[in-house]
Amino acid sequence: MEQIPILKIGDCLLVSIQVDMHDRLAMSLQDDLTAKIVATRARGVMIDISALEVVDSFIGRMLNNIAAMSRVLDAATVVVGMQPAVAITLVELGLALTGVRTALNVDKGLALIRRLIDGEEGGLDRREG
Amino acid sequence: MIVEKDETVPVRSSDDVVRVRREVRAFAVGAGFSLVDQTKIVTAASEIARNTVDYGGGGTLRLETVRLGMRRGVRLTFADRGPGIPDVKLALTDGYTSGSGLGLGLSGAKRLSSEFDIKSTPGEGTVVTIVRWK
Repeated sequence: MEQIPILKIGDCLLVSIQVDMHDRLAMSLQDDLTAKIVATRARGVMIDISALEVVDSFIGRMLNNIAAMSRVLDAATVVVGMQPAVAITLVELGLALTGVRTALNVDKGLALIRRLIDGEEGGLDRREG
Repeated sequence: MIVEKDETVPVRSSDDVVRVRREVRAFAVGAGFSLVDQTKIVTAASEIARNTVDYGGGGTLRLETVRLGMRRGVRLTFADRGPGIPDVKLALTDGYTSGSGLGLGLSGAKRLSSEFDIKSTPGEGTVVTIVRWK
């Protein structure tokens, strides 16, 4: 069965979407990623969509869901590499992707995740373990 | 309006939705669309194709490259023989959904198109036509 690989780098998970996903594949990525956050105790999730030429409302909803689910699981999600034409289209479509943090590229995304995780260190709700 | 290219493809499964995106992209490139305009019509097509599969029980997409004077465009006609939409005006409202989606499909597709037309007869099916001009 086709699957989108999820790579673990330190305490972060990296997903690079390189194919035009049909809806079931998008749903299974959402499920796989949530399971993997729990299994690896990841604190950050980076989703690279630089190869995606289209983000419609279904894929947009998936990105929203992943961000919301990982937040509940105490991990920060950053979406990186959105193409300008995709960004323009998303806004016109009416999908603001509120709740999803974005960065221009993988480097900036990693730095943002680092800041998000470090910003929480020492906080009262820091996760044990 | 002159039709320069005309093709019909099935829209029955979520794999077909992916293929629709590819076919529409090819037509948009062929009509000389900019990258932003390509992305807009492909995204609109993806939304309507998903509706055709999820709510219309599958159907067809007719793709046409059209020309009106000096203007070139792509016209897409999605047709299904599903249950139809009882209240088209409601279905075109942002955030309204009869399923589990975000309710942006039809309204979003309309915003991404130059022309948008929907004809639906309960019990007979739905035909959605969009045109995007270059």
